[in-house]
Amino acid sequence: MLQVLLLTFSAVTIAHAELCKPDAQNAFKVRLSIKTALGDNAYAWDTNEEYLFKAMMAFSMRRYSSKTTTQISNVLLCNVTDRVSFWFVVTDSTKNTTVPGSEVEAAIRMNRNRINNAFLLSDKTLQFLKIPSTLAPPVEPSTPVWLIVFGVVLCLIVAGIVFLVVAGIQQRKKKNKESTERENLEEKGEATITIENGIPCETLDLKAGHINGVFSADDERFTSL
Amino acid sequence: MSKDLPVDMPPEAPKEDSRPKWDNKFQYILSCIGFAVGLGNVWRFPYLCQIHGGGAFLIPYFIALIFEGIPLLHLELALGQCLRKGSISAWSSISPYLGGVGVGSWMVSVLVSLYYNTVLTWVMWYFINSFQEPLPWSVCPLNENRTGLNEECYESTAVNYFWYRKTLNITPDITESGTLQWWLVLCLAACWAIVYLCTIRGIETTGKAIYVTAIFPYLVLTIFLIHGLTLPGATEGLAYLFTPDLNVLKNPRVWLDAATQIFFSLSLAFGGLIAFSSYNPPKNDCEKDAVTVAIVNSLTSLYASIPVFSVLGFKATTGYWDCLDRNIISIINEFDLPEQSIMRQNYTDWIMFLNSSYPEKIAGLKLKSCDLQEFLDQSVSGSGLAFIVFTQAIILMPGSQAWAILFFTMLFSLGLSSMFGNIEGVFTPLLELQIISKSIPKELLSGKVFAFLSFLWHLNYTLLILFSEDVKWMTGRKLNLYWQITWRFISPLLLLIVFVAFVTLQIQKPPTYTAWNPKHEDFPMKEEKAYPPWIQAICVLLAVLPCIFVPLVALFQLVKKTWRSKDPSFLPPEVFSCQEVNRNFSHPKK
Repeated sequence: MLQVLLLTFSAVTIAHAELCKPDAQNAFKVRLSIKTALGDNAYAWDTNEEYLFKAMMAFSMRRYSSKTTTQISNVLLCNVTDRVSFWFVVTDSTKNTTVPGSEVEAAIRMNRNRINNAFLLSDKTLQFLKIPSTLAPPVEPSTPVWLIVFGVVLCLIVAGIVFLVVAGIQQRKKKNKESTERENLEEKGEATITIENGIPCETLDLKAGHINGVFSADDERFTSL
Repeated sequence: MSKDLPVDMPPEAPKEDSRPKWDNKFQYILSCIGFAVGLGNVWRFPYLCQIHGGGAFLIPYFIALIFEGIPLLHLELALGQCLRKGSISAWSSISPYLGGVGVGSWMVSVLVSLYYNTVLTWVMWYFINSFQEPLPWSVCPLNENRTGLNEECYESTAVNYFWYRKTLNITPDITESGTLQWWLVLCLAACWAIVYLCTIRGIETTGKAIYVTAIFPYLVLTIFLIHGLTLPGATEGLAYLFTPDLNVLKNPRVWLDAATQIFFSLSLAFGGLIAFSSYNPPKNDCEKDAVTVAIVNSLTSLYASIPVFSVLGFKATTGYWDCLDRNIISIINEFDLPEQSIMRQNYTDWIMFLNSSYPEKIAGLKLKSCDLQEFLDQSVSGSGLAFIVFTQAIILMPGSQAWAILFFTMLFSLGLSSMFGNIEGVFTPLLELQIISKSIPKELLSGKVFAFLSFLWHLNYTLLILFSEDVKWMTGRKLNLYWQITWRFISPLLLLIVFVAFVTLQIQKPPTYTAWNPKHEDFPMKEEKAYPPWIQAICVLLAVLPCIFVPLVALFQLVKKTWRSKDPSFLPPEVFSCQEVNRNFSHPKK
C-alpha cells in the first residue's frame, strides 16, 4: 500500500516536473521587483507568497472561464530564483495536461489589477514576460489647457491696451479743453492777463471796493507799456 | 509795477524741448541694461564658455570687453546723448554722407525685431503649455490605433518630439514651405500685442515696464541658482564649465567668438542705445554709464552661466544614472541575480567579473557604454538649450510646472526688455522723419553678422577725432588716455580684423544646416543638408541690405551737393558740435 502510494506520488511529481520547466509549452515566466516597488517595506518572497500566487492564478482562471474546477494544486511553480522570478503552468486535472497559454493569458489580462494589488505591485514591477500590459489611454481634456491660459493672457493684454488708449484720449481731451479756454480768453482781446502783486487785475474789478476816480482819469485803466 | 507774463509758462523755459525724457537716471540705466541683457546671456555665453575651454574663454572675453565693448558702448551712448536724436538723424547730423550708416542700423533693428519676436513666440507657447499635468513634453502621445507610442516620438525623445512636431511642425527640408501653424500665429499676435502695449507711448510706458522686465530675470536666476546648486550632479556641471583649458587660446575661432559675443551681447550699433541716450539731458556722465552697463552685462552672463550649468550637470548625471540603471536591470534579469545586488558603485566590478565568466551572455545583452563625460559633452546653445535640454532637465525636478513657468517667464522678460531697445531703435528715427511703417513678420536666416561688423567699423572710424571735445563738455572731464587709445587705434583695428576673419571663415566652407527628418535612416540624428543657392542668395541679400545704404546715401548726398553748389545762394552746412546743438537747452540745476 505504502509502495503504491509512493509510486503514484513520485509519478505525479515527475509528471509535474515535466509540465513545469523553463520554456515549456503553455508556461509563463514571472518576474517580481519587490524591493524596487516597496523599498524598505519590501516583504521576503517565501513559500507563503508562492501559495498566494497560486491562489491568485486559480482565482483568475475561475473568474475567466467560470469553471469551478481549477484548484490551487493545478498551478505549478518551478525554478524560483533570487531575482525573484519563476515559471508557472496551469494544469487541467481532468485531462492531465496544461491549460492552453492563450486562456491563461486572457485570464491574467482580465484580472491583472487584482493580481497586482494582492502583491502591492504594479504592471512594471510584476511582469508576466509574454503578456504585454495594455497602455492607459491619455487623459485629454475637452478644451486644450493651453488655449485657456492663452485666453487669459490675451484678455489681460487687451485690457491693458484699452486702458492706456482711453487714458491717453482723456488726457488729450483735458489738454484740449484747457488750451481752448486759454485761446478763448486771448480772443477777448487781452493778450496777457496782467498781474498786480500776484493778483490778476480782472478779479480786482469784481472785488468789493471803490475805484478812485483820480487814477482813472483816462479811458485806459492800465499804464501802457 | 505790473509785469506782463504769459500764463502757464515756467520762468526758465527751454524753447524746443518737447522731446520725451526719462523719469530718472535709474530708469535709463535699467533700460540700457535690460536691452543689453537678453537671451544671449543665458543661452549663448555659457555654451561658448563650455566649448571654448571653460574658464580660459574668460580671457578673450574680457579682453574683447575692455578693447571693444566698453569703448564702442561709450561712443554710442555719447553720440545719442550729444545729438539728442535717433540713429538716422544723428548720423545725418554728423555728416550728410554718413546718413546711410543710420539707415543701415535702423534696417538691422527692424530685422532683429522681427526675428526676436519669433523667439518670444516660442517662449510664450512653452509658457502657456506649462500649466498642465503632466507637462506635454514629458510624455509621448499614443499612435493612431492605440497599440503603442507615436513612432516619431518613441524613436527620438518626447522633448524633441514636442519641439519639432508639436511646436514647429517642421518640414524635412528648407525648400518645403509647409503650412501656417495657427497656434504659433496666435502666440505671435499676442507677443506683438504685448510689445505694443509696453511701447505704446515710447519711453513713458517702457520706462515703467522695464522695472519689472529688467529686474525679474535676476530674481528667477537667483532662485534657479539656489535650487540648481542643491541638485545632484551640479558640481560636475560647474567643474565642466569652468575647468580652464588654455590650449584653446591658440584657436583664432575662440577670439572671434569672444568679439562677436561682446557685440551681440551689448547690442552695439543697433540704434537702440542711441535712441535711449538721446532722451538724456546732455550734461550726463555717459562715461560712467557705459562702464556700468558693460560690466553689469558681463557679470550677468557669468551669473547666469552658474544655474544653467548646474542644471545641465544635473541632467547629465541623471542621464548617466539612467543609463547605468538600464544596464543593471538587463544584467540582473538575465542572470536572475537578486535585486539591488549590483549598485551603481560596484557596477564596473560586476561587469568585469561577469565578462570574464560569461562573455557571450554579456555580449548578447548589447549593453550601452555609459560615460558621464559623453553626457556632459552634449552641449547646445540657443533655442536647443532652452527648448530641448532645459525642458528635459525641468521634467526631472519635482514640481516641474512651477519651474517651467518660472523659467519661461524669465526668458520672456529677458527677451521683452531687449525688444524695447530694438523697437526704440526702429521708432525713434521714424518719428523724427515722420514716416509711418508697417512690419511683416517672417523668419530670418543667419549671415547678418556681415552687416553688423561692417558698419560698426564705420561707426568707430569717423567719430573718434570729432568727438573728444564734445565728450569733455558732456561729462565734465577730459577723456583719459584709455578712451583716446582705444577709440583711435585699437577698436577700429580689432573690428577690421574680426570682420576680415569672419568673412574668410564663412567663405571657406559651404553653409549647411541640419534638418529634422523622421524618414532619415539615422533618425533621431539630424540630417545634414546644404543650403540651396536661392537661399544663400537671400542670406547674402539680408546681410548686404543694411550695408548698401551707406554708399547709397553717401552717393545721393554727393549728387545733391554738386547740384546745389551750382546754386550761388546755397550755404554749406556747418560742422556739427555738441555745444552748438545744445546751446538753447538749459536744464534745471541739480
